[in-house]
Amino acid sequence: MSTTTVGADDPHWVDGNALAGPLGEIMGADLTVADLTCAGCRMTRPLAAMRVFDRAPGLVARCPGCGDVVMRLVRTTARALVDLRGSLVVSLPLPRV
Amino acid sequence: MVLDVDGWVGHVPGQHVDVRLTAPDGYTAQRSYSISSAPLPDRFEVTVQTVADGEVSPHLVDVAEPGDQLEIRGPVGGWFVRRPTDPRPALLIGGGSGVAPLMSMVRAATAPTRLLYSTRSPSDALFTADLASAEAAGGDLVAVTHVYTRVAPAGWPAPPRRLDADTLARVAWPHDAHAVAFVCGPTGFVETVADLLVTIGHNPATIRTERFGPTKG
Repeated sequence: MSTTTVGADDPHWVDGNALAGPLGEIMGADLTVADLTCAGCRMTRPLAAMRVFDRAPGLVARCPGCGDVVMRLVRTTARALVDLRGSLVVSLPLPRV
Repeated sequence: MVLDVDGWVGHVPGQHVDVRLTAPDGYTAQRSYSISSAPLPDRFEVTVQTVADGEVSPHLVDVAEPGDQLEIRGPVGGWFVRRPTDPRPALLIGGGSGVAPLMSMVRAATAPTRLLYSTRSPSDALFTADLASAEAAGGDLVAVTHVYTRVAPAGWPAPPRRLDADTLARVAWPHDAHAVAFVCGPTGFVETVADLLVTIGHNPATIRTERFGPTKG
C-alpha cells in the first residue's frame, strides 16, 4: 500500500476540479463535468479527473493515463486562449428542461 | 477561515472557491480552497492548511487579519459535489485536511452518509467536535468512523495502521445500496483509496475524487 505522506517530491499538479473557476469565468459553463476523449490514448474522462499543472504561464491539463496534454488555457491581459487539440471530443451534459 | 460575502447565495457541498492575492507589483497567485461549512447565505468557511513555502496559504494563515478583504471567485465546481436532491447513500473518505469538503457534505446531509476519516493521530484530526455533534444531530443519517495511522487514542480497539481493504469493507455500503463515494485528500491517499474501493467491488463510475497536497500552497 502506498504512503499517504506528501513530500517535496510530489509532482506539481492538482485535479481538474481546479479548472472550474478559471474556465467557468470565460466559457460561462462548468466544463469540469464535461467528458474529454484524449487524442493520445482515446480514453474518456471528466475534465475534473484530468491532471492540471498550474505552475506555468498557463494551465495545462494532462490525461492521467498517458500524460498527453488534453487542454491548455492561457490568459493575456485582454484575451483567454483555449487549446483543445489534445481532445478528440468534448462531451457536455445539457441542463434538463 | 470565515468569509462574509454580501449576496452570497450558498453553495453545493463539495464546491470550492478560488482565492486570488495580488502583490503591489501586480503579480498574482491563485489557489482553490474547499468550503467546509453547510450552505448558508452571506457567509462561508474554508479550511486552509499552511504550506511552508507556499505563495498564498502563509499569507492567509499568518498575515491576514479579521476584517481584511480578499478577492474570491466562487462557488465553483460541479463534479466533486453532493447535491441535496441526490437520494443515494454516500461513503465519504477523507485523508488529513481532505475532510474539508466532506465536512460540508456531512453538515448538509439529506441522505444516509458514512464518513471514514483517516488522520495520523487524534490531535491531527480537524472538526473533531463538529463531526461528533453532526453525528449526534444526524441520528441514523450520519455515521463517522475514525482511522489513525500513527497514534491511536488510549483504549482504541485497533492499533494505528493505514486504511486497508478490510477497514474499508466494514464501513462501505452493501453493493445493492448503489452508494456514491467521495474521496478527498493527498494524491497518494486518494489513489490508494480509489483503488481499494474498486477492489472491494465499488462501481468505479460512482467514485469521485479530489486530490490536493502542499503543492496547492
